Amino acid sequence: MLAESQQATMIEAVFFYIFTGVMLLAALSVVLNRQPIYSVLSLLVAMFCLASLFIMLGAYFVAALQVLLYAGAVLVLFLFVIMLLNLEREALARTRLFTLRAVGTIAPAFLFVHLVRLFRLSATTTSFPSLPPGSGSVESIGRLLFTTYLLPFELTSFLILAAIIGAVTLTKRNASE
Amino acid sequence: MTITLTHYLIASACLFSIGLIGVLTRRNVLMILLCIELMFNAANLAFVAYARSWADAGGQIIVFFIITVAAAEVTVGLAIAILLARQLHTLNADEVSSLKW
Repeated sequence: MLAESQQATMIEAVFFYIFTGVMLLAALSVVLNRQPIYSVLSLLVAMFCLASLFIMLGAYFVAALQVLLYAGAVLVLFLFVIMLLNLEREALARTRLFTLRAVGTIAPAFLFVHLVRLFRLSATTTSFPSLPPGSGSVESIGRLLFTTYLLPFELTSFLILAAIIGAVTLTKRNASE
Repeated sequence: MTITLTHYLIASACLFSIGLIGVLTRRNVLMILLCIELMFNAANLAFVAYARSWADAGGQIIVFFIITVAAAEVTVGLAIAILLARQLHTLNADEVSSLKW
């Protein structure tokens, strides 16, 4: 039998590959699916896998926020708008379809190859350092938010207010309509 | 094999590239917004991986702010998309090419 730490490393690797694999498959489904509803639901799956990766990285509060805010509010908003607008299957672009798809696939692949090369330059074989207990929890992140990062925290309230006013003003119907 | 920082960064880069393929290839405005959300998530993964690697919680704080900013941007973006659908009766990005109609 393997030693304890070796077993833990193997289990961590298995979970990492499972979550990353499902996340990338879901991301491909977001990009390649013709029906908008299926794209949004695939993004939901990808976000859940991402939250699992966050938990593996010890960011428990951020993982909860990801599921609550991102998957639970932003994607639900997307779903509402898609169902409101009653989108049909996405029509393919009529002109220059092949060039669009070719360039649109090759350029990001190029970027990906360069990013991987960049990351491998500073690659190590050591795992993550062990964190002190309580890091990544709600209390520690909340403490940081209200002391060191208080100013951006208060400024986001302005941002949200601007977004609300913008959304309501844009979609307001005139009284004559 | 040990899962290091580089594994998470390559996963983030892959997610980002897939999102970028979606932004460049899709024609529906709502789907372009969705693929932008995918790119946001890739950046979040990179931030959290670095936060763990350097034992700095600032990476998780900025993810908090990124999620908030993304929510605000999606709100306004979807409002614009609804306006497009209502007034131009199209959601094809190719047909919304003039600044004033």
